[in-house]
Amino acid sequence: MPAQDQCLCLLAVPQPQADHVKRIVILGGGTGGTLAANRLRRAYDDEAAEIVVVDRDTDHVYQPGLLFVPFGLTDMRRIVRPRRQQFRHGISFRQAGIDGVDVGTDLVHLDDGTALSYDVLVVATGARLLPEETDGLTGPGWLRDVFTFYTPDGAVALHRALEQFSGGRLVVNVIDMPIKCPVAPLEFSFLADWYFRRRGIRDRVELSYVTPLDGAFTKPVCNQELSGLLADKGIELVTEFNTGTVDPPGDHGEANRTGRLISYDEREVPFDLAVVVPLHGGAGFVGRSPGLGDELGFIPVDPGTLQSRAQQNVFALGDATDVPTSKAGSVAHFEGDVLTGNVRRFLAGQPLTAAFDGHTNCFIETGFGKALLIDFNYDTEPLTGHYPARLGLPLLKQSRLNHLGKLAFQQFYWHGLLPGYDVPGISSAMPARGKTRPRAQAATAAGVGGHR
Amino acid sequence: MPTATYAGHSVAVNDEGFLADPGQWTEDMAPQIAKAEGIDELTPQHWQVIRFMRAEYQAKGTGPSVRVLGKTSGVTIKELYQLFPRGPAKTAAKIAGIPKPRGCI
Repeated sequence: MPAQDQCLCLLAVPQPQADHVKRIVILGGGTGGTLAANRLRRAYDDEAAEIVVVDRDTDHVYQPGLLFVPFGLTDMRRIVRPRRQQFRHGISFRQAGIDGVDVGTDLVHLDDGTALSYDVLVVATGARLLPEETDGLTGPGWLRDVFTFYTPDGAVALHRALEQFSGGRLVVNVIDMPIKCPVAPLEFSFLADWYFRRRGIRDRVELSYVTPLDGAFTKPVCNQELSGLLADKGIELVTEFNTGTVDPPGDHGEANRTGRLISYDEREVPFDLAVVVPLHGGAGFVGRSPGLGDELGFIPVDPGTLQSRAQQNVFALGDATDVPTSKAGSVAHFEGDVLTGNVRRFLAGQPLTAAFDGHTNCFIETGFGKALLIDFNYDTEPLTGHYPARLGLPLLKQSRLNHLGKLAFQQFYWHGLLPGYDVPGISSAMPARGKTRPRAQAATAAGVGGHR
Repeated sequence: MPTATYAGHSVAVNDEGFLADPGQWTEDMAPQIAKAEGIDELTPQHWQVIRFMRAEYQAKGTGPSVRVLGKTSGVTIKELYQLFPRGPAKTAAKIAGIPKPRGCI
């Protein structure tokens, strides 16, 4: 698109210098945006493409680390690094908020009054927490008796609250799906059991896991394993609970009254301390950008190509998309390869490849120095077996090895995943070898088509 | 696969009672499915939600969640629970003859 046709306000920002220099604008410098920028930078010479990343702040948080902050197992200093340092040489970083995207004229409007034109836009602005959408959640109990560990401030405040907690009812509540890292609230519950045992007060703490789903997890084999683990650890499971209101303890002048989660169908779960995963939505600017997002602010994309369903020169990856798999860093990692290839194909006028299969891979910390590993995609639920092949990490089974894998992952995150490297022997597509299929599924596997 | 008979037609249903083929559904089956779900009479507001569920399913390949219903159907979440006390998304999907809305993972 010739920059000369744009309005005067654009003169303030650099435009592509020549027609053959393409500008790729990446919104969001988190996991997906950073790895996409680095992969694209490797794919193009500086003369062939300009790559600009926009983010409103300069801290890159290793989000899986937030789970460990409330238990004092790590702290914020150890899980935050400067955003800029994660980009390869030759990537421009613009620190600004996003007012909106005009997909008709290929312009991103920034909150400093300038605009950026693009040949290709990559949306990687992740998911946003919306605690204010649940009645009572951000009321007087917020960060006093009601916490979330999904934000740095919340995780730190919860650490202090847990240290002072001497007994009572602790509930872990997922308000509704989708959420980032859907296993994290389960991991929190397992670690809370470990934490209170270590402090010698487990017998004074009642733990409940309250979920809108009809089980601990959505898929049968994994649900059975995780529900069993909750039961083994004495954690009550409350299912199909759609929280409408959070009523914190001690309001209305009743000092010793316990708090309550109240569902839309008027069931109640009492609590002294609530750990809540608030509703999630896409980034705020998506709602201000007609034609870009869905009703929750996520970007509808083709689940195989990651191209926007509405705009050919818009792609998305990571938590920002609406693809039916987990919102997790591993997904952004596996998407990175497909996205980079398709951006190149698009700019070269070639057909895209529908190569992303929904591959997701998550370690599930279960406490006492152990963890489970799950590996799945759009069509295959998490199964038992080994990953990435028969001689590998055990799947859906607690082991010390998986826990060590989870800890080691943080180093890979900074030095492998963000720079956009693949692990030798680990492909973007989910490996089928090493997995044990349930009998019925094994019998029909050959004939099963996906939902796509 | 089990079958059920609604409005005089025998249709295949899954273990949870959802129609196996949404194409077999007709509007005259809805009142009978609703009765089995504890809803004695389908009001115009019920129908607004049921028709919305079918339109969403046809457009997107899955029925909406309660939260999306509350944002887009013109009926608030509180009202949705009054209409479908056993869970709006699940019950309305069953009455509308579409699959259970996909749980996100």
